Amino acid sequence: MTKTMIEFKNVTFRYNAQAEPTLKNINLQINEGEKVLVVGPSGSGKSTLGNLINGVIPENFRGDLSGEIYIDGENAKDMSIFDTSLKVGTLLQNSNDQFVGLTVAEDIAFGMENDCFDNQTMQTKVNQWSKKLSINNLLKQAPNSLSGGQKQRTGLAGLLVDDAPILLLDEPLAALDPMAGSESIQLLQELHNELKNTIIIIEHRLEESLTKDVDKIILMNDGEIVGIYNPAELLKQNILNQYGIREPLYIEALKSIGIDLNKLHDIDSVEAVDGPGVADRIEQVSAKAKSISKYNASADILSIKKLNFAYDKKVIFNNLNVDIQKGDMISLVGKNGVGKTTLSKLIVGFLQPDAGEITFNGDNLLNKSIKERADDIGYIMQDPDKMISKVMIYDEVALGLKLRHYPKEQIKEKVDHALKVCNLYPFRHWPISALSYGQKKRLTIASMLVLSPKLLILDEPTAGQDYYHYTEIMNFLSQLNQEQGLTMIFITHDMHLMAEYSTRTLVIGDQTILRDNTPEKVLDDEALLAKANLKRTSLSILAKRFNVNYNDFSNYLISKERDNQHE
Amino acid sequence: MHRKKLSVQSVVAIGIGTAILFLLKRYVSIPSGIPNTNIDTSYGFLGFISIMFGPIVGLFVGFFGHSLSDFTQFGAPWWTWVFTTGFIGFAIGLLKKYIVLADGKIGFKKLVIYNIYQILINIIGWSLLAPTGDVLIYSEPSNKVYLQGIISSITNSISTGVIGTILLVMYASTKVEKGSLKKE
Amino acid sequence: MNSNLFGYDHNDTWVHRLTGTSKLIFFILVSIIAMISYDYRFIFLVLLLSIFAFKQSQIKWSQIKFVVKLIVVFAVLNLVMVFVFSPNHGAALYGTRHVLINLGYFTITKEQLFYELNLGLKYLVTVPISLIFLITTNPSEFSSSLNKIGVSYRLSYSLSLSLRYIPDVQNDFKEISLAQQARGYEISKKGKLFSRLKGTTQILIPLILSSLDKIQTISQAMELRRFGKNKHRTWYMNRKFTKKDYGTILLSLFIVVIGILFMKMDGGRFYNPFV
Repeated sequence: MTKTMIEFKNVTFRYNAQAEPTLKNINLQINEGEKVLVVGPSGSGKSTLGNLINGVIPENFRGDLSGEIYIDGENAKDMSIFDTSLKVGTLLQNSNDQFVGLTVAEDIAFGMENDCFDNQTMQTKVNQWSKKLSINNLLKQAPNSLSGGQKQRTGLAGLLVDDAPILLLDEPLAALDPMAGSESIQLLQELHNELKNTIIIIEHRLEESLTKDVDKIILMNDGEIVGIYNPAELLKQNILNQYGIREPLYIEALKSIGIDLNKLHDIDSVEAVDGPGVADRIEQVSAKAKSISKYNASADILSIKKLNFAYDKKVIFNNLNVDIQKGDMISLVGKNGVGKTTLSKLIVGFLQPDAGEITFNGDNLLNKSIKERADDIGYIMQDPDKMISKVMIYDEVALGLKLRHYPKEQIKEKVDHALKVCNLYPFRHWPISALSYGQKKRLTIASMLVLSPKLLILDEPTAGQDYYHYTEIMNFLSQLNQEQGLTMIFITHDMHLMAEYSTRTLVIGDQTILRDNTPEKVLDDEALLAKANLKRTSLSILAKRFNVNYNDFSNYLISKERDNQHE
Repeated sequence: MHRKKLSVQSVVAIGIGTAILFLLKRYVSIPSGIPNTNIDTSYGFLGFISIMFGPIVGLFVGFFGHSLSDFTQFGAPWWTWVFTTGFIGFAIGLLKKYIVLADGKIGFKKLVIYNIYQILINIIGWSLLAPTGDVLIYSEPSNKVYLQGIISSITNSISTGVIGTILLVMYASTKVEKGSLKKE
Repeated sequence: MNSNLFGYDHNDTWVHRLTGTSKLIFFILVSIIAMISYDYRFIFLVLLLSIFAFKQSQIKWSQIKFVVKLIVVFAVLNLVMVFVFSPNHGAALYGTRHVLINLGYFTITKEQLFYELNLGLKYLVTVPISLIFLITTNPSEFSSSLNKIGVSYRLSYSLSLSLRYIPDVQNDFKEISLAQQARGYEISKKGKLFSRLKGTTQILIPLILSSLDKIQTISQAMELRRFGKNKHRTWYMNRKFTKKDYGTILLSLFIVVIGILFMKMDGGRFYNPFV
């Protein structure tokens, strides 16, 4: 008989600060050796569920808890957070903040230090697990010289040394680029196959986290469990979009060309999915695809010539040239550390180039201060909290105008307008702390828009957001692009975003622009994708399997999508 | 003797607070208008974090932060002043019980009391403790060290007062209950 | 960057191989006795010993020249100020008055020069001791060393955390202040003092608010890995004491004893050659 590792009986939990319970009457059972995905939109209660499993509630958050929770047979009521942590190893979403040691080795040993292990044992275990996770050559490195993926592996090694029977991972993909994310998911699969431990992954990115060994998917919404499914069952249900979870791209595509999902076999794997008539239908639609002309013949708005830049002695750009036309929606992609953010910082004046020219509408930008450049170019950082410095929403948006000495009435007019455009007008008298992450992001955009910029640069505009908020932000941005002719550059790792929302892709690599082309052409070039650490989308895998041209297939889907939107 | 254990949150608050105090002390000072006299912004932050987390956190943020800054800048700390910074953090932290930040309200009266109190503490610290230490350890002439002390009392009170007050007011106003908000 | 903050040089001499604990004890004891003593002969001895240790740990001039220049400028400035404020301090201190050059208020006496020589040496003496500690000790050993000499492990770990997060906070601050400049704030020397203070505070606000969130996340992460569970904890970077470590501690005790002997001889902290 299989052993039950986690059991919830009629669990309801309400945070003290909230009027409504965040979790309502949860019943659930997870068996030894199972791998379980917990999916749901932001605010569905999935993180709270995680906090009840690892004991952070009630240790760190006060609230009303009813019902019973058993972890590995013990009643959670009788366990301290320390007891629980020996049963459940938790990998937090932010692997940088979880990294508390000065070096990789010290961080892996952190838990053992607290358990008073002797040095011999600690060294043996650190060596053993760092080798297993291929970070043994990094043991003396400090966290700020590591990539996100390496930090996450360090965190994981620090949990595995405890031999806890359960691993809980809170949004392991949130801080990683797609390649690192996919490696991380693969690593978890290998570990699960070998250690047969119980693994719980909390994620809203279903497609990326769905591997063959997933036994159950728990779908949550509004504090309740909608259902517990096996992967194929859930995909056939056709309910994901309504709960703010993005369907895998290939499923979306198959639905869009009129395939009945119930007739498919191996629906949970893009490598194997097939069914009657699938091949014919894919071939048929690809043949009648119209090419989409996206060539933009407008005048140049930004032009960069012979740009050189190096940090100390590390060359980042060598002779980089690019022209950007008015109205472009550009995706800036490439490996981490290759210089995407650096290029943006050079444009807005946070950094100075070693040589070269940057002109904006014909004017030399390099003579202008950061503040002057901000009049034309809005730069929106990934983390809105790094940009916000006021308490009230209205003041935050008005700040740039006040510091530029606009008259009061004009400020009010401009701020109100920007707030309306960004759907924040009803909240204008609120404190910023009451806004959600997505709203804060829009607030930072609004505070740039008041300065009437001609170009917006957005660093990872949708990172960490669920599908609902992702769509909301991206639709808002494309509307700005179409209605106000605002030129935009996105720094992104998200190939969906690139394919759906941008008209042009710049791949950065080898100290220059590696490729400047349409998103489809970039996605079709496997060698280029590998070089830039980008991941093929499941759509391109599907196209390849059925021997159709990816460009044709995706053009068909995009035109169909646009037709739907126009109706 | 019964020793109260430092909570994990206090441990982390000391760690992060020290990092910020260090950074401000090393890199962020404002010219006061009088030559060679700068306003050290770190004391504004020290006032804020001491009120947030209490005397023990204030003491060690001040002590560690000032030591690290001296170590990296001069190679060795100027201990009398380092201890005084620790004292300032500790003493202001004692006011935590009176100014409770968590409930989201900090009235005019509390701000006035904070400011009177911090000026007093800065005077005790910089015009009394630090220079007396310098006289005892280094046998420096008292007119020199007390004059330096009085100047520091003034500049550090300005920093603790202006920056500290802005931070306190700003933090308190982020703590508004969500239920009290309506769309308009 | 992390280990560079204090100039740790990853070299491998016997001084580097000493445990952090023994070097910390040496640093503390010798600094204290050097600060108490006002006898240039003893201070000079300690300085000589430090220079020997410098040679032994193969520290190069280029590693320390910046700090040394700064501290020399600071010391000279202070000595001049002491003279300006109190040219008669030496005479008062030593109880005699041998005039060298008569300049009215600024009369130069032998006692004043001698006093300022001692004071200058005192300003300088702790610097090499502390630099040796910083340059030859891996920052990863700081906390375990503090814990070893009796500081609670919780407090010791906060120091380690601050070293861990200084580079992060520094990067955040750089980014935040640039972003605020784009909004229109300027850290300039123009404008009234109050508005400059206010502007700088506005730039600090995002840094401080996001750091408060960080404190929550990090404490949670540490509790989830059982920090604070036991009365003690062990340290991965802790190393066993060798004979040289015991030797170092004995040496520092020996120096303290010498210092006390000098004080006995002088009948107090001050060595007075004038009586």
